[in-house]
Amino acid sequence: MHQISTDRIIDAVRKLSMEAAYDLGEDVIKAIEDFKKAEESPVGKGILDQVLENAKIAREERAPMCQDTGFAVLFVELGQQVEIIGGDFYGALNEGVRRGYKEGYLRKSIVSDPLERKNTGDNTPAVIHTEIVPGDKLKITIAPKGGGSENMSEVKMLKPSDGLQGVKDFVIDRVRRSGGNPCPPIIVGIGLGGTFEKCALLAKKALLREVGNRHPDKFYADLEVELLEKINKLGIGPQGLGGTTTALDVHIEVFPCHIASLPVAVNIQCHAARHQSIVL
Amino acid sequence: MPQKKSIKTPLTDATVESLKTGDEVLITGEIYTARDAAHKRLVELIDKGEKLPFDPSGQIIYFVGPTPAKPGKVIGSAGPTTSYRMNGYSPRLIEVGLKGMIGKGEMGPEVIAKMKERKAVYFAAVGGAAALIAKSITGNELVAYEDLGAEAIRRLTVKDFPAIVALDCHGGNIFKEGVAKYEKK
Repeated sequence: MHQISTDRIIDAVRKLSMEAAYDLGEDVIKAIEDFKKAEESPVGKGILDQVLENAKIAREERAPMCQDTGFAVLFVELGQQVEIIGGDFYGALNEGVRRGYKEGYLRKSIVSDPLERKNTGDNTPAVIHTEIVPGDKLKITIAPKGGGSENMSEVKMLKPSDGLQGVKDFVIDRVRRSGGNPCPPIIVGIGLGGTFEKCALLAKKALLREVGNRHPDKFYADLEVELLEKINKLGIGPQGLGGTTTALDVHIEVFPCHIASLPVAVNIQCHAARHQSIVL
Repeated sequence: MPQKKSIKTPLTDATVESLKTGDEVLITGEIYTARDAAHKRLVELIDKGEKLPFDPSGQIIYFVGPTPAKPGKVIGSAGPTTSYRMNGYSPRLIEVGLKGMIGKGEMGPEVIAKMKERKAVYFAAVGGAAALIAKSITGNELVAYEDLGAEAIRRLTVKDFPAIVALDCHGGNIFKEGVAKYEKK
């Protein structure tokens, strides 16, 4: 067994929380630079310039790139030969978030009850998704998620007869209705198949993939490219003010589903597509 | 790229009327912050006929909940939040003198109608450009509702705060016009 102490886990999550808020991935920066060259709207181009300049300031000054430092969503891959020692595993993950958000001067955006709406004051609890995997490693990914883009996300239980066209129509319509609200340019995560909740989780996991990387199955890789092109013809543009850069990428994740169902989920990610991982 | 217009707060009717959809502006003066929770309280005060914690006449509300300021800094990162959530509140504030809003995304028809009636303007700031925008904020003073944390009302002093006129008082709407211009069938 590989023993990992909760102290190491707390420290890892603390650091990841801050790095995610300050450091935009090179894949996202490159995609914005590439799309900027082709952007037809002068206002849109100016906005993309501001986004790139902002990413640079955030990285250099260790300042959050966005004031919405998000819900701390953690994806954990726990090797089955790992033994957690020194305390409660989920408690440690949350303690890491608590310390990272405090030390990093990140915004505390979580209310303890959806209706009563009192701020928890430390950005906990995190949303934690755990998978048990072979091996003796522990991989932790933090993907802080802002409210503006999350609010534009949706799950729909299509009929099997709706088929591919139904999926395309739902995705395009969801992006069109979102307009400038989710801070375009966006990344569109699509979950296809599974059950109601599995489908939503697939859509979220799709957002962890690097921008520019395609699905390994050619059919879905082609569908990603087709949807990306269609979305960028909608005219929404940077911040919804018109333009040719509405999405930087579309990622699809697929899972088998029931004979009666065709679940599809769209999880929208703003251009502050933050995620950081560590393997212990 | 057209010249950016410099404007000062508080806004006059003449200034508001001079602004057209698509104009890039640099705002200098004082602006007030408020998000969902603060708007709810402000409208409750208006309903009860009570005094607001600041006089909204001619003022601009910036829809923002900044990150905490690091030591030695005026403010943390401070980009706009999504504006449609304020659709139910903004018309009430325009009725008592508010002249401008800054946020991201489109606002609803009820807001647009009230903006035309009372001469008000809606600016879009770049969502997610929070570290950059913070550089134009030179002062930050708590006005009310400290218990709301990041959602408290603050008076910000801004110098050349970058924004774009998204909805003007003449019915101009960049979300409709801009999208129509670049949509490809």
